[in-house]
Amino acid sequence: MELLYAITLGVLTTCGVYLLLRARTFTVILGLTLLSHAVNLYLFASGRLVAGAPAIVGLSQRSADPLPQALVLTAIVIGFAMTAFVVVLALKAAVELRNDHVDGENPEEDRA
Amino acid sequence: MNHALILPILLPLLTGAGQLLFYRAPFALQRLLGFASTAWLVLMGIWALSTAGSGDYLIYQAGDWPAPFGIVLVLDRLAAIMLALTAILGFCCLLYASSGTDQRGAHFHALFQFQLAGLNGAFLTGDLFNLFVFFEILLIASYALLLHGGGRARSRAGLHYVIINLVGSALFLIALGTLYGLSGTLNMADLALRVAEAPPEDAPLLAAASLILLVVFGIKAAILPLLFWLPRAYSAASAPVAALFAIMTKVGIYAILRIFLLVFGLGETPVSETAWGWLWPLALLTLALGGIGVLGSDSLRTLTAYLVILSVGTLLATISLGTAASLGAALFYLIHSTLMAAVFFLLADLLGQQRETGYDRFSATGPIGHRWIMGTLFFVAAIAMAGLPPFAGFVSKAWILQASLESAQGLWLWGVVLASALLVIIAASRTGSSWFWRPGDMAKPYPLERGPLTLVSIMVGLNGLLAIFGDPVMGYLELTAEQLLAPGGYIAAVLPEAGISLEEVSP
Repeated sequence: MELLYAITLGVLTTCGVYLLLRARTFTVILGLTLLSHAVNLYLFASGRLVAGAPAIVGLSQRSADPLPQALVLTAIVIGFAMTAFVVVLALKAAVELRNDHVDGENPEEDRA
Repeated sequence: MNHALILPILLPLLTGAGQLLFYRAPFALQRLLGFASTAWLVLMGIWALSTAGSGDYLIYQAGDWPAPFGIVLVLDRLAAIMLALTAILGFCCLLYASSGTDQRGAHFHALFQFQLAGLNGAFLTGDLFNLFVFFEILLIASYALLLHGGGRARSRAGLHYVIINLVGSALFLIALGTLYGLSGTLNMADLALRVAEAPPEDAPLLAAASLILLVVFGIKAAILPLLFWLPRAYSAASAPVAALFAIMTKVGIYAILRIFLLVFGLGETPVSETAWGWLWPLALLTLALGGIGVLGSDSLRTLTAYLVILSVGTLLATISLGTAASLGAALFYLIHSTLMAAVFFLLADLLGQQRETGYDRFSATGPIGHRWIMGTLFFVAAIAMAGLPPFAGFVSKAWILQASLESAQGLWLWGVVLASALLVIIAASRTGSSWFWRPGDMAKPYPLERGPLTLVSIMVGLNGLLAIFGDPVMGYLELTAEQLLAPGGYIAAVLPEAGISLEEVSP
């Protein structure tokens, strides 16, 4: 399970960073979303990966650490709100600047 | 338990929420609510200064859950200084905004209060994850405030600002996950003990987490490789918002002080040593870049944004010397530079409104109205900014240079600080002479707004007062530095059972 988890994290982060470095706001936002997924999974794993252990003490022999789950929940909510905000901002910028380049101007269009 | 400690967070939060709910109420009521809340925060700041001045730590356990299980708020001298500074700065910015800026977009006052709530929370909290949450609160308020007023430049700068800060948030969470995975706690005091006792095989991971945190705070504070979002964002924001943002870079500095002196500062070989090793050269380079940027900027707002970068460099370089004297001097400079950066952002707006063409751009050479009043104000403010006597900038720089003599690296700081001060003087005198030192007045000057003009004069006067009352202020700041360098007291106050010996740290 650890290996699969680690590979998933790695792939998500790689794709996230790659997309983040693109020049269009849409891909940048996709990259941010993938990165925040990876971060949420990483936070979740900081409480150690155990199967079949509820987050309540006394229900079974082993119990999972509930705190990372609470942290992830907070991080998801914040990340969701921020993504919504940046999507609206990107739309606003695309309308006002008439292109979706992250710098607000497209160097290739100017050259043509 | 004294519930007063949560008021600096709750009060602006509730005020802001109320302003959102009743946004249809008359605008004057919104303003009045904002003023009442911010004025109360100023009083709370003074209360915090006098309470923390006794040297005790004031602890507030949210929900009465004992630390390290619940979230604690901790008031020490540093937090009190930051609270008071934020409140006073916020009040001045709100006053300036009430001359009309606040009506150029929706919900200015509510966002302003949320921003204050986030700032106060970040200064008070004693929990690392809670620090992240308050960072997000102050950031999302600042995103919206930056865009206040609309316009292409703001959208463009806003996009960069938001994206780099979202990446910063992701990095913050990675560092938090690593720290929690290694230590099982997020309470700063508890974390400090666990980090100090960590087995040697955990050291590389801890160092990695500490450096990721340094990157996160470096984005907030604008240290050299991470500062290129700042000039555009700060110069695009409307004047009172940019003036309030003067404290935002200082949040990064505050977090660096708190985390690297407390959380990573204990143990025989503190984890923070790696970070301090990185900070010293980066801070000097930031300082140098700030000086060059000041000389090369094309408008007064960009110039001020580079002044902010310059002040960050000076602060971090002084802090990384790591003695009590240098820390005290850095805190004095922090107060002075925050105030003066705000003054310059407001002044750029004030002067820009009086100029016939070009607003605050240097390339335009039109005449300026009310030349004598404006020129005098700019002259005095520039003297205060550049660190010439009789203003607080001189006191703080003299103290920084004196404190840096104690260490061998100090000579580097002398060179860079003095050289960049010279660049600031050149840039300011170039601005002054090209704007004011030309014959001929405007035929029909724009009407002079007395309120904002008086406000900016008072803020410059506050800087003068800071120099006049330099002695008691310096005494307070020296005690603050000593408190910061002895984190054992903080830990003993938060975790009374831990019973650790008080030990000093040296960055």
